Amino acid sequence: MCRSRNTLSDTLVDEVSGNIIDQCVAQGVPFAREYGGLLDNRSFGGTQVQRTFYAAGQTGQQLLLGAYSALSRQIGVGHVKMYHRHEMLDLVKVDGKARGIIARNLVTGEIERHSAHAVIIASGGYGNVYFLSTNAMGSNVTAAWKTHKRGALFANPCFVQIHPTCIPVHGTNQSKLTLMSESLRNSGRIWVPKKKEDAEAIRAGKMKPTQIAEDDRDYFLERRYPAFGNLVPRDVASRAAKERCDAGYGIEANNTNEGVYLDFSSEIYSKGKQAAFGQGDHAPSDEKILELGKKWIEEKYGNLFQMYEKITDENPYETPMKIYPAVHYTMGGVWVDYNLQSTIPGCFVAGEANFSDHGANRLGASALMQGLADGYFVLPYTVSNYLADEIRTGKISTDSAEFDEAEKNVRDQINTFLNNNGTKSVDSFHKRLGLIMWNKVGMGRSEQGLKEAIAEIEALRTEFRKDVFVPGSADELNPELEKAIRVADLIELGQLMAQDGLQRNESCGGHFREEYQDAEGETLRDDENFKIVSAWEYKGDDIRQEELHKEALNYEFIKIAARNYK
Amino acid sequence: MASKFINITLKIWRQKNGTTKGALETYGLNNVSTDSSFLEMLDQLNEQLINERKNPVAFDHDCREGICGSCSLYINGRAHGPDRGVTTCQLHMRTFKDGETIYVEPWRSRAFPVIKDLVVDRSAFDRIQQAGGFVSVNTSGRTIDANATPIPKADADKAFEAAACIGCGACVASCKNGSAMLFVGAKVSQYALLPQGKVEAQQRVLNMVRQMDEEGFGNCTNTGACEVECPKGISIENIARMNREYLKAIVTEE
Ligand SMILES: Cc1cc2nc3c(=O)[nH]c(=O)nc-3n(C[C@H](O)[C@H](O)[C@H](O)COP(=O)(O)OP(=O)(O)OC[C@H]3O[C@@H](n4cnc5c(N)ncnc54)[C@H](O)[C@@H]3O)c2cc1C
Ligand code: SF4
Ligand code: FES
Repeated sequence: MCRSRNTLSDTLVDEVSGNIIDQCVAQGVPFAREYGGLLDNRSFGGTQVQRTFYAAGQTGQQLLLGAYSALSRQIGVGHVKMYHRHEMLDLVKVDGKARGIIARNLVTGEIERHSAHAVIIASGGYGNVYFLSTNAMGSNVTAAWKTHKRGALFANPCFVQIHPTCIPVHGTNQSKLTLMSESLRNSGRIWVPKKKEDAEAIRAGKMKPTQIAEDDRDYFLERRYPAFGNLVPRDVASRAAKERCDAGYGIEANNTNEGVYLDFSSEIYSKGKQAAFGQGDHAPSDEKILELGKKWIEEKYGNLFQMYEKITDENPYETPMKIYPAVHYTMGGVWVDYNLQSTIPGCFVAGEANFSDHGANRLGASALMQGLADGYFVLPYTVSNYLADEIRTGKISTDSAEFDEAEKNVRDQINTFLNNNGTKSVDSFHKRLGLIMWNKVGMGRSEQGLKEAIAEIEALRTEFRKDVFVPGSADELNPELEKAIRVADLIELGQLMAQDGLQRNESCGGHFREEYQDAEGETLRDDENFKIVSAWEYKGDDIRQEELHKEALNYEFIKIAARNYK
Repeated sequence: MASKFINITLKIWRQKNGTTKGALETYGLNNVSTDSSFLEMLDQLNEQLINERKNPVAFDHDCREGICGSCSLYINGRAHGPDRGVTTCQLHMRTFKDGETIYVEPWRSRAFPVIKDLVVDRSAFDRIQQAGGFVSVNTSGRTIDANATPIPKADADKAFEAAACIGCGACVASCKNGSAMLFVGAKVSQYALLPQGKVEAQQRVLNMVRQMDEEGFGNCTNTGACEVECPKGISIENIARMNREYLKAIVTEE
């Protein structure tokens, strides 16, 4: 996990993940079991050994439902009060400490003041700055960004994880991208045609992938990284796919020809043969092998294969899947200390919204481990600790100049949008922002591209403020208004991401600066100058004025070396 | 993916809020890619409406990949539309014909009041979950080892199938009685099948069923419509299991 605080990463992997599995099982999360009744497991990207417990390709969802059930219990007994359909729109600071938030009731439009002795932000990542990502449509940066604007440092904004196994873009109306589970890389082999004319013929619909002979396929991950093969970390796999597509070998007939194959035929064959042998048939026919192999695949990945077919109208049991990298996870976020407290006392930040743990690259299945560890095991202690000193503070009034100012802030922004009377939809701006980000602050970055991005985003921001059209009113369910508020923050964040990428003159993990690569196209790190967390301080409306603070990273336990997945 | 483009007519339920009356309105939409999802088609409609300076259609959605359960649309008289085993966000426009008229309505159920247009309030499901859909274990970090209690693979698999429920409410919307038995049955079953959940099984089923009745969901008369429309293939076996659990609990309670 390069560019992460090593002690934190180690804690995560070694001590906490076992506890979390125990906790989740105790909560009733149905992890897969072997016939002997013990937990089943399988491997994910970035490791060569099996280490991930799974729940039939829906691990993330099941962990989430486990957390939801635990939360429901607390709501049921009255320990937690839930505000459905509410959005936090500002953080309120009193005497330098976080003392509450301003929220909007999304159904009635009412602006509410909530006071508290401490505030915890757990608002997720900002992948939607790219418009297209695997993130849910409701994911956004507003809570984290408003916290930043109130004084919290924002760290490593340019560190983004681009996931290699997503379904390619189908057209301009695409609203989000679908992730095919990482686990598929255990059984699938990634390839593109060796010959450009074959790739062209495929794109033109004149040839099928199954017609391409074994010798004419380039299994580029196995070729470049013989030891890890198809299981190299996400950033490496993504970049390798981009390299092939940029070179003209992409197989998808979309605007950008971006797509590579994920092929299960070898696995179907070998698992089918194994199954036949297991049944005592030592000379199985090809049909029998295929039948048993497909059955094996169906048992392991049936729901994913079905999902793929629904989306693409192609049957991945018969023809290879098409995949391409997409934005999936953001490692950057609000800077926090080891207690998960931001630079604003009393404001804690948990989960993907904070920057901790992952550094520049992230291994499979660790996001939820971090989020759950933050929520289950870290915050209960650190927040209690903080509150111990606040025991005499008493109830905090919402009737103060600070709350007045924050509420006015929110109301002004809403009124400006509704009275703006521009000509273009919020989405149209969001899509344009996404394109700038994907092309210039995406998988490959360069000094020139980043500088262009900063200027283009600045112009986009000016145009957005002048020309966005937000229909409807403030006192009703108004999704366009919600989006406008979010996109305003995403635009500012996008600019900071480009600035962060520009100052980091090295390549590491998900941050690939084209100027910093070796002869084989691998990342070139600069440990002398960039063994740092870059933490940005808000300095007013012009994002280009943000001030950079550097936190030195001390790797106590692992020897630094360029990661080598060969 | 060779895209085709179709032209369609939409009849969409428009309702300003929970206290006003709604009605179906008609919209024409051209050049819809058959590779678009149903929700991407609605995005396209909304973009058109915004450009005409009209109010866009409100609908719930979040993950757009069939896991959050929020995209609750009743399309051409069926929950989540004509395709089997999918949520609305996973429904693709290739399922529809060029020139087709498509009806889009919100879930209709006493327990799911309309908030606006196609958006309904499903917090009744949350309250059922809060009544008992959990295992009472604290996050102390001192739980027992996950492998200390072996779980037979068959039970784990069945619990997993039940746990696949995403709480979308299609079962309620498809049921002529507006019953929530499939949803509650899935939750009760998930926990009742696992040793971790067995300890509280009786109290859980009593509490969840009581809450379900209080929320105004209808009774189950075994028509099985819920199972047909459930995007996650939750089986009505789970309803039978819940009924058995409930009887057991009632008998013990008395
Ligand atoms: C498709 C997909 C699959 C994944 N699979 C895996 C996996 O298998 N394993 C794994 O480890 N990780 C996985 N991840 C990553 C992981 O799911 C996320 O990193 C994790 O969910 C982040 O959790 P979180 O609680 O920090 O934020 P989120 O889950 O994003 O939750 C944030 C919540 O805050 C709400 N919110 C945001 N802003 C506001 C506001 N202003 N006011 C009020 N509420 C707000 C949001 O609506 C949301 O409910 C996956 C991610 C995606 C997108
Ligand atoms: S049982 Fe099926 S239809 Fe009902 S809420 Fe669960 S997933 Fe939806
Ligand atoms: S939007 Fe999440 S299930 Fe459809």
